[in-house]
Amino acid sequence: MKFLRIKAIAKKEIIQIRRDPLSLAMAFMMPVILLFIFGYAITLDVNNLRTVVYDQDRSSLSRELVAEFRESGYFTVVGYADTHKDIDKYLDSGKAQVAVWIPNDFSKNINTGKNAELQVIVDGSDSNTATIALGYITAISELYSQRIMGGRITPLIDPRVRVWYNPELKSRNYIIPGLIAVIMAVIAALLTSLTIAREWERGTMEQLISTPVKTPELIIGKLLPYFFIGFVDVALSVIMAVFVFEVPLRGNIFLLAVLSSIFLFGGLSLGILISIAAKSQLVASQISMVVTFLPAFLLSGFMYAIANMPKPLQVITHIIPARYFVSILKGIFLKGNTFKFLIFETILLTFFGLMVFALANKKFKKRVV
Amino acid sequence: MFERIKQMIIKEFIQVFRDRRMIAIVFFTPVMQLLVFGYAVTTDVNNISTAIYDLDKSYESRELVRRLGSSGYFNVRYSAESPDEMQELLDRGRITTAIQINRGFSSDLKNNRQTEVQILVDGTDSNTATVAMDYANRIIMKYTKDMGAQRVESMKIDLRTRAWYNPDLRSRNYNVPGVIAIVIMLTCLLLTSMAVVRERELGTMEQLMVTPLKPIEIMLGKTIPFAIIGFFDVFLVTMVGVFWFDIPIKGPIQLMPLTTAIYLLSVLGIGLFISTIARTQQQAMMATFLFFIPAVLLSGFMFPIENMQEIIQYGTYINPLRYFLVIIRGVFLKGSGIDILWPQMLSLLALGTAVITISSLRFKKRLG
Repeated sequence: MKFLRIKAIAKKEIIQIRRDPLSLAMAFMMPVILLFIFGYAITLDVNNLRTVVYDQDRSSLSRELVAEFRESGYFTVVGYADTHKDIDKYLDSGKAQVAVWIPNDFSKNINTGKNAELQVIVDGSDSNTATIALGYITAISELYSQRIMGGRITPLIDPRVRVWYNPELKSRNYIIPGLIAVIMAVIAALLTSLTIAREWERGTMEQLISTPVKTPELIIGKLLPYFFIGFVDVALSVIMAVFVFEVPLRGNIFLLAVLSSIFLFGGLSLGILISIAAKSQLVASQISMVVTFLPAFLLSGFMYAIANMPKPLQVITHIIPARYFVSILKGIFLKGNTFKFLIFETILLTFFGLMVFALANKKFKKRVV
Repeated sequence: MFERIKQMIIKEFIQVFRDRRMIAIVFFTPVMQLLVFGYAVTTDVNNISTAIYDLDKSYESRELVRRLGSSGYFNVRYSAESPDEMQELLDRGRITTAIQINRGFSSDLKNNRQTEVQILVDGTDSNTATVAMDYANRIIMKYTKDMGAQRVESMKIDLRTRAWYNPDLRSRNYNVPGVIAIVIMLTCLLLTSMAVVRERELGTMEQLMVTPLKPIEIMLGKTIPFAIIGFFDVFLVTMVGVFWFDIPIKGPIQLMPLTTAIYLLSVLGIGLFISTIARTQQQAMMATFLFFIPAVLLSGFMFPIENMQEIIQYGTYINPLRYFLVIIRGVFLKGSGIDILWPQMLSLLALGTAVITISSLRFKKRLG
């Protein structure tokens, strides 16, 4: 292996990248746009639940209950129903997600000391929002009944809950570190998965083969410039996460840089491997979408907790490198993990990178001979 | 004219499927993806990995632990011996919740004194944490009641809650229709945008231009094959959703072909638009992702649109996925028909027409 030849290949690749400024610009835009969407546009916190009220009782007590819902900040009353049919209409059309029905004997029952019935219907099609809404509703009705009964009841067992690492339960803090991992997995594959397929398609690969350059030299030379681009993307994302979105970075930034490099190496090598195996850009783009983007997005634990998946799928997540990088980033950002806690993930990422790199070399040799 | 378009379509099919692997990719991968992601995309919280630090070691404390475990929500995996051990387990991410029962728990309960249970929750995953706290509170409350603690009085209001459309609150029912929409979008978008650019990159576009084909015919020939593929994929993936995942179809299923056609109009239009901007397949692929990822995130697939900021909410009106998701979920889960879904269908049609018009104008200009 000669450094000079690696340098020459890298230089050639850089010239090619520079000729395609649009792709380069998109490579830098991708993390910025995604982080902005997640930072500003999206929140997992549930509030402003569209609510329709069917108040048959029309008493001061029922109005108080409605006010309780409204003032909680979680519910927005979008309309009043006069019949059960109205409720159906509101829910079917999606104009309301929650329907509160106060029967006409509500205040009478309360005043005579009987149990008063309160019916609540939730649109369950979005089960996550529905579960959270049900939690709010239970809490509100409990508070209300305590209030009208006068005085507070102290429960015998007092659950003291403390939340660690993310005390305000900001979904942004949870999402952004994981998002960086997903972006990197996608970018890495996008950057390299077409590079070798393109040379095959255009017929320039034959020219490269006829030079004295050896397989590992070619692959490393191709990786280097993209590694640099990917690293700038990581730096950009981390800077935005910390300074724009104020996600706490509790761990060591140097550790973050080293582990990101290991992950990038694996991701870029995977792209190269796809590129070598596919030989056609169309096939390469479809494969890289299937094996990188969607798994990184859905199976990495970035959004959907792995513990909730069925067992066989949990096993599959172990071969997805983004999974380890997601827990590394969350660990370093939110928990302030030191290397001691991340050894397992690091070893696996390193192993993955080296294996994919070796595979790419092997596959390429077979192709050429 | 029809003869020429037909020839062009045949040529396109030959070209796509000359590489045998493309057959597998185009038809097999959407099904595979739905199978994997149908299982992955669940926001149901259960099996919360839990450690117990029981200092009381009494019948009462064991009973509480047993109830937490048998609720199905908590999976009591570790029993810690010290606060440091709890911390270590949380730091390593082995557990999400740690519950500490202090010494004197049982004697406090017996003597009707107020007692404490400490609950530590890993807040990194804020959704799971919120739900875990809620479950723990409810279980403890129920436990207190059952232990015959007099101080908790029965609630005066009898709350009856029901969840419609998805009574078991299965998140899969909500998400699988969404995954169908997304998988189709990505496949068709990528195929269309790259097909045109490839001809340009390989220089075969010039050959097409010297034939008597008109730009509009080239354009149709480049999109109709992918529309057919897209249609077939929707059919395949819907079958998997219905027969494998048991997603209920409550509404008129005959509405699906029509709405799919309208949806594909916008998707192919966008693919065509990307192909007029991109010069190389690399650019086409990156531009596709640059459009696709925000489109998924801002569609209401995972994140409800009404929780977004107002400006962004307006932005989602130009996202075809947004309308298609409402339609597909309405048809599957709510049993809505055209009488309820017509605004979405009309918007999708308008959007599709606009996109396809702009793209064809640009396409013509690039050819001419």
